[in-house]
Amino acid sequence: MTTLHVLANSGTNLDPIYGKVMFWILAVLAVAAGLAMILVRQAVHCALMLAVVMLSLAVMYAMQGAPFLAMVQVIVYTGAVLMLFLFVVMLIGITSAESLKETISGQRLWAALAGLGLVVLLVVSIGHAAIGSAAPQTDGNGAGNMTGLAQLIFTTYVYPFEVTSALLITAALGAMVLAHRERTSPKPTQRDVARRKIESGQVAPEPPPGVYALHNAVDMPAMLPDGTTTNRSVSDAVVQRDVQLGRDPQGRVVADIAEQDRIEAERQLERSAAGRTAPELRPGAGTAEEETQ
Amino acid sequence: MSPAAYVFLAVILFTIGGVGVLIRRNMILVFMSVELMLNACNLAFVSFARMHGNLDGQVVAFFVMVVAAAEVVVGLAILMAIYRARRSASVDAANLLKN
Repeated sequence: MTTLHVLANSGTNLDPIYGKVMFWILAVLAVAAGLAMILVRQAVHCALMLAVVMLSLAVMYAMQGAPFLAMVQVIVYTGAVLMLFLFVVMLIGITSAESLKETISGQRLWAALAGLGLVVLLVVSIGHAAIGSAAPQTDGNGAGNMTGLAQLIFTTYVYPFEVTSALLITAALGAMVLAHRERTSPKPTQRDVARRKIESGQVAPEPPPGVYALHNAVDMPAMLPDGTTTNRSVSDAVVQRDVQLGRDPQGRVVADIAEQDRIEAERQLERSAAGRTAPELRPGAGTAEEETQ
Repeated sequence: MSPAAYVFLAVILFTIGGVGVLIRRNMILVFMSVELMLNACNLAFVSFARMHGNLDGQVVAFFVMVVAAAEVVVGLAILMAIYRARRSASVDAANLLKN
């Protein structure tokens, strides 16, 4: 509080040399962060660069005898506005990659040229204007920065201040109206959901890969009791991944079924051969089958 | 430092914000650039307040902050609505009023 009051009472109470050093550090930091903000591709990085600029400006306000504005800058801008930006970036900006293709040819070049022109214009005109050195601060009859600001806001600027309240309420209402999503169709009740399920013909869940399966991998389709396989048990995502990787679980299943058929046929042959010669050989044939399996 | 140095810094930051508005395609980043321009204006106001030795410039900067906060709230809500309708936050995609 004492620092704030010292700053508030005397404008820039800093030693001139400290003021200079801090100004140059903060100015370089702010300009570098500002340039990075418009050049970096990631939206989150841009928001963080903007935070650097805003914090540098907050320190500059404090250096210029505006401690109240410095605090408001940190709390409102860096604390609230920028967090709101980050919130929206997290909601929509992360996935929406910015395309680097220029829709208007040469747009960036012309924008940079226009910016350069604007800087030259403003610097020359401000250079011609007589900006004096800092006047002795006369804020609020020497009552301090915050008291002086309060006196001005609640006397001279009381009508703009009142209008501000209307503006803030309008903004809150506008945000609510704009962010509210209208439901275009009535919300389906439990009854509607049940009816749709019955009407679709698929009441039970999809068949899981299970009892009759030859493999227990997730990309293996379930085998039904009649020996056929069904694709409905395999997730679409898994199928897509198999296609991407060039795998063919269906082919393996088909091969397995062919193998099974071959074994069955051999068994049949063995059985018929055993039945013709000696029926009591059957248990032995059975063990042989198990070995082949 | 004299107030002139701060005003020149404000000019540079304002221009950076303006160029950002022109070259970025993502609406959120265009918005951030506008915020940078508003901040630069605030810096100029505070510098002028110090130059004149009174607090009127600081009061104006204070009002600019309030208006900017309201503007961000509404602007981001509009941005969300556009994104929800078009699944895109690019300024090129929002040409509904064109035809």
